[in-house]
Amino acid sequence: MHDVVVTGVGIVSCAGEGVEAHLAALTAGAPPKTNGDLFPPYQVHPVAPLEFDRQIPKKSDQRQMEPWQKLGVYAAGLTLDAAGVKEDAELKSRMHLIVAAGGGERDYAVDGQILTGLRDAADPGVFLNERLMNDIRPTLFLAQLSNLLAGNISIVHGVTGASRTFMGEEACGIDAIRIAHGRISAGQADIILVGGSYNAERADVLLIHEMGGYLWKKPFASVWDRPASGGGFILGSGASFIMLESREHAVKRGAQAMARLTAVSSDRSRRKPGSVREALAKAWSTIGASPSATVFSGATGVAGITEEERDALAKLAPQARIHALGDLIGHTIEAQTTAGIALAAAQIQQGTTGEAVVTTVGHCRGEGALRLVKA
Amino acid sequence: MAKTDSKGRPLVAITGIGMVTPLGQGQDSNWQALTAGRSGIHRITRFPTEGLRTTIAGTIDFVEAEPFCAPALSERLADLAAEEAVEQSGIGRKGDFPGALFMAVPPVEMEWPQREALAKASGQNGDITYPDLLTAAASGQFKTWHDLFIFGSVADHIADKYGTKGSPISLSTACSSGATAIQLGVEAIRRGETDAALCIGTDGSVSPESLIRFSLLSALSTQNENPETASKPFSKNRDGFVMGEGAAALVLENAENARARGAKILGYVLGCGEKGDGFHRTRSSPDGAPIIAAINDALDDAGVTPADIDYINAHGTSTPENDRMEALGCTAVFGERMSGLPISSNKSMIGHMLTAAGAVEAAVSLLTIRNGRIPPTINYNVPDPGIPLDVVPNHARDAQVTCVLSNSFGFGGQNTCLVIAAEPK
Repeated sequence: MHDVVVTGVGIVSCAGEGVEAHLAALTAGAPPKTNGDLFPPYQVHPVAPLEFDRQIPKKSDQRQMEPWQKLGVYAAGLTLDAAGVKEDAELKSRMHLIVAAGGGERDYAVDGQILTGLRDAADPGVFLNERLMNDIRPTLFLAQLSNLLAGNISIVHGVTGASRTFMGEEACGIDAIRIAHGRISAGQADIILVGGSYNAERADVLLIHEMGGYLWKKPFASVWDRPASGGGFILGSGASFIMLESREHAVKRGAQAMARLTAVSSDRSRRKPGSVREALAKAWSTIGASPSATVFSGATGVAGITEEERDALAKLAPQARIHALGDLIGHTIEAQTTAGIALAAAQIQQGTTGEAVVTTVGHCRGEGALRLVKA
Repeated sequence: MAKTDSKGRPLVAITGIGMVTPLGQGQDSNWQALTAGRSGIHRITRFPTEGLRTTIAGTIDFVEAEPFCAPALSERLADLAAEEAVEQSGIGRKGDFPGALFMAVPPVEMEWPQREALAKASGQNGDITYPDLLTAAASGQFKTWHDLFIFGSVADHIADKYGTKGSPISLSTACSSGATAIQLGVEAIRRGETDAALCIGTDGSVSPESLIRFSLLSALSTQNENPETASKPFSKNRDGFVMGEGAAALVLENAENARARGAKILGYVLGCGEKGDGFHRTRSSPDGAPIIAAINDALDDAGVTPADIDYINAHGTSTPENDRMEALGCTAVFGERMSGLPISSNKSMIGHMLTAAGAVEAAVSLLTIRNGRIPPTINYNVPDPGIPLDVVPNHARDAQVTCVLSNSFGFGGQNTCLVIAAEPK
């Protein structure tokens, strides 16, 4: 079996650009930047302004992408820089890619006009066909397809080993890491860029989660404090990628390992009261985490499961520092696990901690945890 | 019998398959139709087609889903395919599949009937905007649609029903997704993480908007007059693909375990190959290098040489670009042999089942081996002089086939190839 190490991370969110900005925000402990004016009464954590030209030089590429893709391509670029591989075309041509993605986005104005017109259309089906044929931008499809974040990373950054896109909200974020870790450990791959992105500043994603009743609509409060008032998450715009490679591969190319990813456990429980608590306890023991590990929690703030995670962690890691990613960057769904790894690896590299655990509990399914230690 | 492959890894056996396509449900009826050269493409009746450039597809109209939408139909199709595959394999007990689930599912989002219902419930009588839809959503009366339209639900429901183990993987590599689901299963078995994997590709996503999106990229055939003849891979007068729907499921097992439990082994997945392409969002590198690399990667992974392949199940979409590039890639790998190596496209009959295509074609590749008969490329009346291949034109052909290369290529630079064989190498 091969050791799996983290050799680079890249992250953007409402806390800024780059891992240093995030560590500083973590230390400062101030509430994350929140915008309640975009989609009242909903709040979102807007991504910090980025100069996309710095990672996506061609305007023609930028025009082909919607924000969720641009954020992801940007963070992937930061990761390639951090891992010292950005200029190594040969290595990138055999580098693999696993992206945890949702999809979208919509043309909101067009959707609204069509819905308005459908109400009085003599023949709604024919009206819909006409409007869609005439009003949709042909390239919007490519900005919606889930696997086109990976496709754009291949095009913009030349990462062309092969890509696989996993879907399925929070769970696919940790599953992407689990599969990447498994492949590298077993020698099925040497180096894999893994990550995800999320654009929260979109009415259609608010809509899907509001239908389920999962959105927090009160002023910002810590995810741990939300269940007492009904619970819910605040979506965050952002992206995070990490470079995973075998220790041998990293050593051979002279790369500095930030941390070692020792184990990843992810599963699905058939949710009932207590199942998240049990699932986390099981994951904790599977990954061999110690009670003093620093925890980067993906807790959403959704009632029930958030208290269960808090109770589980209080028992499993009574002396631990527990950081809620949601209190730093908001909820970035598929990208949350890699965000946790980025911060954990950076803290381990700094010597702030020697062991870190990143937890993932999906808002309606999927429970897991992974462990990082000194490289 | 060998327990490991030529590289010392666990051998991966196929012990069950199931499928539903526009030609019908079940491997037997599909095999009969595919070898009879029948087309499952027809005029779309699911929704009005006035004003559309393409009015034909291989929709599945014999399976019900409620409420009717892409995720609900995709789940039903996957369920039918999985049921057949799991039953054939005889593995586990009902609701207790002893292995992982890897599932290629179409990316989903809310559809027009649901948007309309929200608009109506909002009470807005003027111009509708998203804030109105959000107001309706906040009422709580659409709660079940959250689960319906998030990305992980289809696989989660299948995992629940079949009792697969661990976190199910929902994946998309565009039109090579079905092959990627199989590849992930093969890799997991080789790693020893699981002794069995249920690998599924499903797609029931033909709707006005999905069709129009492909139409606006000029990807679809507009030969609407005779639906059955519109999909004509490798023909000179091909003008695009025809959307299809369906699903296939494969039960993969560690061959040693399968033998130990007395299972009938139907064939083996000997190798999987892949290569990304950073040339363009929808087009292949003009030199075909990524396609060539994906094929070579699959052959290498399988421990076979080009000489070992005796049939290619083509991606063969019937788009001008794909068929030309696929022919170029295959010719580069197989050289002079290519002119006599049979290569046929199932899509000539069942259309392009998108997310499901790779899984369906892997299942058909296995049936080709087991029956010693190659399904044809139908509608091949005007050969493309630029593609001088043996496409098994119009009629099925008896042939001893022991080792098949199945190609899948997709938007976003996705290239995935599988090597499926009767016996280990």
